[in-house]
Amino acid sequence: MTTGSFATWSMIASIVVTATAGDVLTASAMRTIGDLDLIRAQSGLLGAIRAVVGSGRFLAGVLCMAISFFALLFALNHADLSLIAPASASLTFVSNAFAAKFFLKENVDRRRALAAVCVCIGVALLAH
Amino acid sequence: MNNSTMTFRRYLVLAMVTLTASLGDTFLSVGARQLGPISLGHVDQLFAAIFNPWIACGIVLLIGFFASYLTALSWADLTYVLPASSLGYVVIALLSKFWLREQLSLYRWLGILFITAGVGFVTRGPALTQHAADLETDLETEPETAPEATAATP
Repeated sequence: MTTGSFATWSMIASIVVTATAGDVLTASAMRTIGDLDLIRAQSGLLGAIRAVVGSGRFLAGVLCMAISFFALLFALNHADLSLIAPASASLTFVSNAFAAKFFLKENVDRRRALAAVCVCIGVALLAH
Repeated sequence: MNNSTMTFRRYLVLAMVTLTASLGDTFLSVGARQLGPISLGHVDQLFAAIFNPWIACGIVLLIGFFASYLTALSWADLTYVLPASSLGYVVIALLSKFWLREQLSLYRWLGILFITAGVGFVTRGPALTQHAADLETDLETEPETAPEATAATP
């Protein structure tokens, strides 16, 4: 399979969409739960694990990540790691920036926007 | 300590995110190659792949990645954690080149450089967005500590 084929980029797109959903849901859950270091200091490791696993939003995020994982495994079976891993991860970064701004209300300022542009150029170069 | 303060321990957690993710992906790649091509018609082979030693080790590393990733997300923004751990691209490129013997063209090297440089900007900013609700919470907790601090001052 060539690096620029439709099938390759479809596999990358499916990884990106599911990974973004997983990241946003997980980040939202962790924001609600609070600082894990503090929870672990107060309730121990089991208490921290219980706090995380008891969140429905976290479990939904894990489900999306699991789908993304098997999509990655399938893609790695058909194309080069040096294309699949950076392309899917960096595109996920860009989609995460938009998703974090709109869903998590994070401050995606000029610095973070510039970083997204650099990542886009990087991804375009990776496709060569 | 402020919620957005980055300590040495927190940087170590970010380094853990970077290394476990890139090593885990590389192990998965080695395992996937040993298995040979898997078609969409045999999805059960994907589940059987879990018992391949390389893929099993990759999964263990990715569990380590997930634990450190969740820890980082509990005190930093998603748009901070992802770029801050971007050195993983460089690690993957080096592992692909020198271990898996994949060919990396000049364009791909430039792409990896752009990605790393671009996301590197983010680490120079604050790690956590301070929402209005957070600021109100900080203001509410401040009077409890302020008198002690004042009393301790000669």
